[in-house]
Amino acid sequence: MNKRFTRILATSIAAAALMGSLAACGKGSASATSEGGNEITMWTHNAGNPDELAAINSIVDKYNKSGAAKAQIKVQAFPQDSYNDSVVSAAAAGKLPCIVDIDGPNVPNWAWAKYLTPLKLSTDLSKNLPSTVAKWEGETYAVGYYDVALALFARASDLKAAGIRTATVEKPWTKEEFQDALTKLKALGKWQYPLDMGTAGTGEWLPYAYSPLLQSFGGDLVNRDGFQSADGALNGDKAVEWAAWFRGLADQGFMAKKSGKDSTQDFLNNKSGLVYTGSWAADKARTALGKDLAIMPSVDLGNGPKIGGASWQWGVTSGCKNSEAAMDYLSYSLKPENIAAVAKATGTIPATDEAAALLPAFAEGGENRIFMELSRQQAVMRPETPAYPFIATEYAKAVQDILAGAEPKTVLDKAVKAIDANIKSNGGYKN
Amino acid sequence: MKNVLRLNSIGAMAVRILFAAVAAFPIVFMLVSSLKPDQQIFGDMSSVAAFLPIGNISLDNYAAVFDRVPAARFLINSVGISAVTVVLGIFINSLCAFALSRMQVRGKRVVFTAILATLIVPFQTLALPLVWWVNQLPYFELNGFSLEISKGWLDTYQVQIIPFIANAFSIYLYHQYFESIPKELDEAARIDGAGWFKIYRQVVMPLAGPATATVAILTFLPAWNSYLWPLMVVQSEELRPVMIGIQYFFQLNVSWGEVMAYASLITVPVVVLFIAFQRSFINSIASSGVKG
Repeated sequence: MNKRFTRILATSIAAAALMGSLAACGKGSASATSEGGNEITMWTHNAGNPDELAAINSIVDKYNKSGAAKAQIKVQAFPQDSYNDSVVSAAAAGKLPCIVDIDGPNVPNWAWAKYLTPLKLSTDLSKNLPSTVAKWEGETYAVGYYDVALALFARASDLKAAGIRTATVEKPWTKEEFQDALTKLKALGKWQYPLDMGTAGTGEWLPYAYSPLLQSFGGDLVNRDGFQSADGALNGDKAVEWAAWFRGLADQGFMAKKSGKDSTQDFLNNKSGLVYTGSWAADKARTALGKDLAIMPSVDLGNGPKIGGASWQWGVTSGCKNSEAAMDYLSYSLKPENIAAVAKATGTIPATDEAAALLPAFAEGGENRIFMELSRQQAVMRPETPAYPFIATEYAKAVQDILAGAEPKTVLDKAVKAIDANIKSNGGYKN
Repeated sequence: MKNVLRLNSIGAMAVRILFAAVAAFPIVFMLVSSLKPDQQIFGDMSSVAAFLPIGNISLDNYAAVFDRVPAARFLINSVGISAVTVVLGIFINSLCAFALSRMQVRGKRVVFTAILATLIVPFQTLALPLVWWVNQLPYFELNGFSLEISKGWLDTYQVQIIPFIANAFSIYLYHQYFESIPKELDEAARIDGAGWFKIYRQVVMPLAGPATATVAILTFLPAWNSYLWPLMVVQSEELRPVMIGIQYFFQLNVSWGEVMAYASLITVPVVVLFIAFQRSFINSIASSGVKG
C-alpha cells in the first residue's frame, strides 16, 4: 500500500510536469492576447469553419506581408456558438483584443457597453449593402464582408404537380396564396407536414427567422422611435394576428410544432415540400436537386415580404492601444477581392456590387443573385438598440410559448412587460 | 411453484434488459451514426436501422473530425487537465478530510460546516467574479535563468486546474469514510512512533480505496466535461479542452456525422474509466450511503 501511495504521488508529479511542458508549448500563442510589440490580435467566430477561417487568414497573411502593414495581425478563432460568452468574459477581465467580429444585431449593445469604438476607415462604405454596416447613435461601429438572406426552398416538380405558381422577387406569395399552396401541397399526401419552418431552432434563429414575419404583418419587436418601449409593437393587434397565424400553421397540420434538427437535410430527404431556410443552404440544395430547386422569396403577409438583415461584422475595441493599425487593417480587408474571397468561401452574399461582379454566382444573372436582391429589397435590421439581446431572448421565449399552445395576447403582453422593465432598469440604454 | 419462480426471474431479466437497452440506445445511436453520411443518418431515423451499422458505412466522419478540429490536441489537454485535477484533488481533499476527522483541533466543526456550506453556491454565480480574480493573480515563469513575474492567469493550463482541486464534496466523502475507520489504528501507529502524516499515508489512505475511487470519478467527470470555465478563461486554441471542440461543428450547415464521431471520441475515455473503476465506485457508494 505504501508503494501504491508513492506511485500516486509520482503520477501526480509526472502529470504536473506533463502539463508544465504542454503549457510551455501553448504559451507562444497564449501571449498573443498580450499584444506586445507591433502585433495586434483579432478574434473571429470561425473555429470549426475551415473555409471561412482560411479566407480570413489569407487576407491577414496578405496584409502582414504587404510593406504597408502598420502592425502584424494575429488571428485567434473561437467556435461560433460560444463566441459571445468568450468576448463578454474577456471584457470583464479587461482582456479584449484589438479587433473582434460581432453578430450584427449585437453591435449597439457592445457599443453601449463601451467594448467598441467608432470606426474611422479609409474605405467608402456608402455602396455596401445597408445590412452589412452597423450604426448606432449616428456612428459606424462595425462593417461586414457579407450578409445572408432567408428564402423558401421547394422542388419545382412538386409545385407543378400541386398546381402552384412559383413565387418571384417581383411577385411573392400573398398570405392567401401561401395558405392555398400549403393546402395543395398537403393534399399531395407526400409529407406529414408539407412546410418546415425550422421550429426546432433555438437562440438567435428565432428572432432572425420569425420577427420578419411579424414585421410583414405590421408588428415589430419594439417601437423604433427611440427604442424605449415594445408596447403596441409586440402586443398590438397586428402582432397578435401574426401569433395566431403562426400557431395556425401548426394547428392546421402544415408544419410541426418542433421540426427536425436539420430542416435543410430533412427537405433534401423529401421529408418536407417547402422549407424556410437561407442563402447558406443554397449550394447544398442545388447540388442535391439541380434544376428542380426553386428558390422563392418570403411571403408577403400584408406589409411586403421581409427578411432579417445583418450577419457577422468587424469592429475595433475601445481599449485597443494601436487602433490606427486596426483601422488600417480593416480598411485593407474591405477591398473587393477580399470581400469576394470570403463570400466565395462561405457561399454568402458579398457586401458590395464590385465584389459580386467577381463571383459568377452573384453577378447579374447568376444563380445566387436572387439572394442579393432579397437582401437589398427586403432586409429589415433587427432593432438597433443595446436592448436587442434582451428583446431577442424575450421574443424567442414568446415564440416557443405560442407554438406550445399558450394564448398569444397573454404571452406577448408578458414579453412586452419584461422588455419595458429591462429598458427602464437600464436607464433607457442611453449613451 | 418452480414455474412461477422461473417466470418471475424471466420477467425480472426482461425488465433489466429493457432498462439496459434504454440506457444503451443513445450511445449505440451515437457510435453507429458516426459511421454514416448525414443523408443516411436522417434517412434511417424513423426505423431500427438508426441503431444498426448498415448501409454506407465508413470512417470518413472520423477523418473529417481531425480536419475540422485539432482533436488530438484537445484530447491531450483534457487528459492532462483531468489527470492533474484528480491526482491533486485526491491528495489535497483527503489531507483536509483527514485533519477534520482525526486531529483534535478546536473549531473543526465550524470549519467543516463552512466547507459544506460552499456546496450550496452554484459555480455559475461565482464564475464571472472568479474570472476577474484569477486575472489579478501573479504568474511565475522561468525564462532562461531569470524568474519573470506577470499578472493574470487567463489563457493558461493552471487556470483550468487549480480552482477545481479543493472540492467540498470530496472532503465530505473522505471525511465520512475516515470516520468509519477505527481510531484505534491511529493509536497503535502512534505507539509504534508514527506521526500524523505517516498515519495518513500508511494507515488511513490505504484503507480508503473505495472513497478514493469515488472521488477520482467524481472529480474526473466535471474536469472532463468542463465547458463554461474554459470558454471564459482560455483564448488560445492550443490550450482548449475537448468539450469546447464540440462547438466547432455547429456551423450554419451542421455535419451531424462529424458531431457523432467527435462525441464518440470524447465519450470513450469516460466509459473506459467508469468500467475500470465500476466495482470500487459501487462499493464506495454502498458503504458511504452517498449518491453521486
